[in-house]
Amino acid sequence: MIKSLDPRITREQISENNTIDPLTPMDNWETYEVFHQKKRGDQHMHVGIVHAPNPEMALIFGKDQYGRRGITANIWVVKTSNVFCTEYEDQDMFETTPEKIYKEASGYKVMDKINKYKKETGTMIPRKEKA
Amino acid sequence: MNTEAIKELLYKMADDLLIIGHRNSEWTGLGPILEEDIAFSSMAQDKIGQSQALFQLLHELGEQAPDTVAFTRNANQFHNAQFLELPNGDYDFSLMRHFLYDIADQLRFEMLATSSYEPLAKVARKVKGELKYHVFHANTWITKLGTATDESHARMQAALSASWNYALGMFEEGSFEVQLKTENIFEGESALKNRWLETITPIFAKATLTIPDVKTWEPKLGGRKGYHTEHLQPLLDEMSEVFTIDPSAEW
Repeated sequence: MIKSLDPRITREQISENNTIDPLTPMDNWETYEVFHQKKRGDQHMHVGIVHAPNPEMALIFGKDQYGRRGITANIWVVKTSNVFCTEYEDQDMFETTPEKIYKEASGYKVMDKINKYKKETGTMIPRKEKA
Repeated sequence: MNTEAIKELLYKMADDLLIIGHRNSEWTGLGPILEEDIAFSSMAQDKIGQSQALFQLLHELGEQAPDTVAFTRNANQFHNAQFLELPNGDYDFSLMRHFLYDIADQLRFEMLATSSYEPLAKVARKVKGELKYHVFHANTWITKLGTATDESHARMQAALSASWNYALGMFEEGSFEVQLKTENIFEGESALKNRWLETITPIFAKATLTIPDVKTWEPKLGGRKGYHTEHLQPLLDEMSEVFTIDPSAEW
């Protein structure tokens, strides 16, 4: 019998020659993707997966896996098999994206123009007073 | 306010929570799957937290500090129902006990949310959300396993039959039932038991599980008065091991 520092293990009276049965198909449930929302109105963020036999259990597990610490407003679960995705072999589609700075707001240098306009006309662009 | 009556009520509630919290925590690391292990352990922590809140109320009524009360009493000074001290057995029994106890616990706190003893009513309102999740978890498992396979159905039915008379013991009446009711502190064990039966009956019907015939009902009484099975003292010895070695130990 296995004698452990953990009394719970010793109580189980497990034989020293105990072997672990190989996994069979029913041993693992399918996975659900979990999305966590911190407060109402926020976007749900993907936080990980849980194994579950149905959506209801996935919500139960999702609550404790990903909502037991910190603030939670809401949880979504989606069957992993219901998620459609691009192929990694098509990753080259995204290759030149980081170079295209004109797709980002920071790519447009407008402050010079604004300042020039202000100087020329002597007007200030009204700013909202801070509350 | 009838302090003795309130103390009796608080002690049995706190002891129920402490003992079931400890028992359920014995599954930590050994649960059937990782996700369930975490969920069950997390709920066990909630139970210990709830017991601490009640021991704190007792402390405010002149009893010793929560840790002292929790870790230095012997089995015959505990007032939990015997049901909660029984060893975990297989997961079917642990789940069935979780279901039968947690529904009773939720209903009890619901009744206490309007108690004239405001400190307890405040605790009751605070734990409402926690209990809602515990019961949601229990209900889902019971209905799922009751109807899943022949084996799961048979196991859950056996667990229900084995639990039943112990579960009825949760509603053992105390010596202050009348005072608690007339002072609007708590409506009483018999009212709680009726609500409990009304709540679990449709869920068992949905789970296709059968409550034992009423003629066989024999509540396992005594726990509220300090009479316990041989399983409680070893649990207490294990639970208080660290405290006994070093009462000033901190996590």
